[in-house]
Amino acid sequence: MWLAAALVPVIATDLPLSPAVDVIALVGIFALARVFVSLAAMDIGTSFGTLGARREMLVGFLAEPALLMVFFTASIISQSTSLITIVETLAHKQFVLYPSLAFAAVAFVMVLLAENARIPVDNPSTHLELTMIHEAMILEYSARHLALVEWASALKLLAYTTIGIALFLPWGIAEAGDWGALPLALAALFVKLTAAGAGLALLETISAKMRIFRVPEFMGTAFLLAVLGMLIRFLLGS
Amino acid sequence: MRLDEFPTKFPRLPGAAPIWHGTVDAQEFRNLCEQVARGGGKLVALWGSDEVARDAGYALHVSLVTALGMLCLSLPVAVERPTFPDISDLFPAANRMQRAVADLLGLHASGNDDHRKWLRHGSWPRDVHPLRKNFDGSAVFPTETDAYRFVPVSGDGVHEIPVGPVHAGTIEPGHFRFSIIGERVLRLEERLGYTHKGIEKRFESMNLEQGAKLAGRISGDSTVAYAWAYAQAVESVTGTAVPPRAAALRAVLLELERIHNHLGDLGYLGNDVALAFGFAQFWILKEDLLRLQGELFGHRYLMDKVVPGGVACDLDRNGCDRLLQLFGHLEREIATLKNIYDEHAGAQDRFLTTGRVSPDLAAQLGLTGLCGRASGQAWDLRAQFPCAPYDKLEVRMATHRNGDVAARVTVRFEEVQESMRLIRLLLKQLPTGELRTVPGDAPENALGLGWVEGWRGEILVALHTGKDNAIHRLHPHDPSWQNWPVLEHAIIGNIVPDFPLINKSFNLSYTGVDL
Repeated sequence: MWLAAALVPVIATDLPLSPAVDVIALVGIFALARVFVSLAAMDIGTSFGTLGARREMLVGFLAEPALLMVFFTASIISQSTSLITIVETLAHKQFVLYPSLAFAAVAFVMVLLAENARIPVDNPSTHLELTMIHEAMILEYSARHLALVEWASALKLLAYTTIGIALFLPWGIAEAGDWGALPLALAALFVKLTAAGAGLALLETISAKMRIFRVPEFMGTAFLLAVLGMLIRFLLGS
Repeated sequence: MRLDEFPTKFPRLPGAAPIWHGTVDAQEFRNLCEQVARGGGKLVALWGSDEVARDAGYALHVSLVTALGMLCLSLPVAVERPTFPDISDLFPAANRMQRAVADLLGLHASGNDDHRKWLRHGSWPRDVHPLRKNFDGSAVFPTETDAYRFVPVSGDGVHEIPVGPVHAGTIEPGHFRFSIIGERVLRLEERLGYTHKGIEKRFESMNLEQGAKLAGRISGDSTVAYAWAYAQAVESVTGTAVPPRAAALRAVLLELERIHNHLGDLGYLGNDVALAFGFAQFWILKEDLLRLQGELFGHRYLMDKVVPGGVACDLDRNGCDRLLQLFGHLEREIATLKNIYDEHAGAQDRFLTTGRVSPDLAAQLGLTGLCGRASGQAWDLRAQFPCAPYDKLEVRMATHRNGDVAARVTVRFEEVQESMRLIRLLLKQLPTGELRTVPGDAPENALGLGWVEGWRGEILVALHTGKDNAIHRLHPHDPSWQNWPVLEHAIIGNIVPDFPLINKSFNLSYTGVDL
């Protein structure tokens, strides 16, 4: 998760590790993390660990294609799959409303909710073990191991949020080599994260958790929106 | 004997409720039970008692409700052959009650193949029976390994999830064994008894006056209902008449208990579908009510306010006004929240058709109380056999036929409104006068029954008196005995993550059945 977080342009586009990987590899890193968390869950040997791992995989395999489609829409606009190039292209353009990116943004929010175990897909604060997805996997963990797992999921949420910010609200990010712009970028990030947090809280307050078998429909919608975004870019060029 | 003859053949117990009691032999016992079951009646409670001290062996007692009233039957059981006829084929809910009697008193249902223990969890040996009089309550036994045979489900892809008794949240302990295929539940089996505290044995070392306090603590959320049922039983054996003001105040307390429990449940039902907004809002309302109850009556949950012979609290004009003022606020807020629940697509999607108990199934299994009314079982003591002060109020019963979580939510909303209407009527013409008549002495070997419609359903307290106002045997009966087995059926065909919601919509008592 640390690696993933290190790849996302948060305040600056000049990152030490960024030339090494592109968005496809980033999705792969997220998937790898999921595999290991699920293995760790099954390692406990209780029915809850396996149950949680099974549900997490169900959500994960549906969320992944939608996430890739979102990235592809953005990379078609900037003609590159490197996150840095995408962000630089988008941040430099004049303020233009891309209908394709709007669709992709909605799809991305849905993927974010599902991948980070938020309402309406999962409930991070529940104590009802039978309804849990992510929490069921870590039910038997305690002390420093639990802290590590919790830290990783917090990092994951931060990584996802900053990806969203970088893709859809890149303005204010510091360019490569421009040290003077860093404080401004930091302030901009702070404002954007606060807004994202407030938006998440609002979404979670007004929605109820859906039945687990509605999740495929939910993720299907996300995928459909992402594909729509890409088609709009392809066919209409906007 | 024909069933409709019992009011003429058996003596009616003194007191407000229409209850007849008779001692019968095994054949007549089975015969009457069959007639009640055929006639659409229900089993309310089943318990046993030890009468060896007066050379009468053991006894088994059942309470059955029919359209005419309650029929209580006592069946003497010989010491040499402690068996009684099985009635779990007529009333499925009797199975666990019979197994509890076998654990606690050593009386076995002949003809029933289910010999598994129910309340005994390896903390006392199989051949020791705590409710026998020769059992010493302070005895300690080495803990046995607690082996219990769940009914196995086999097939391709079927697996089990054991849940509890220790849960992820702070809730009462109970074990749930799910047999599932994928996420779909094929079978659920409950195992309760983890909070067995020996309440019934404890009662036997108390006298009638001391028992009142313990009765109010059998199940904390139904303290008024239990205390009232206990008081009714004592009043029945001592022939005490309750002053009208005390009766009216008891009804006010009971309806307040219904309101605050329903508000809490409605909040929890929101929480279980992760609608934190509903949870917070309903619990603010519940807290407002609890605080006012604390101020007006001296206890937030109204414990020890109903005592044998009357009540231990009063309500003055100012208190009435404050209560009515709060009701105005509650009514507006609840109406708004009901709209939000009804219009919320996500919540309704979870509530509708989830955990459905059809009216036919409910009738067959004897679903009772609030959950029964949500499945078309129109039984409500306050409307059918009203004792004072309900006899002047014409209680409107809230019923629904869908039997799903949504129906149980609707019934709760309607009952909250009805309870507020009843309290308003009661406060408008609150009689003046005494608050309590101190009960006199009780005769030995008398039976008194208290029968009250608590918020969960009908609560029965059966009291057998001993010498010098002592309690010879006391059985408090919670409606959860009848409803826990139905929960096992409500979940069949649903998916595992919906179980907590269905369970919460029933909201049954663990401590009330573990005793």
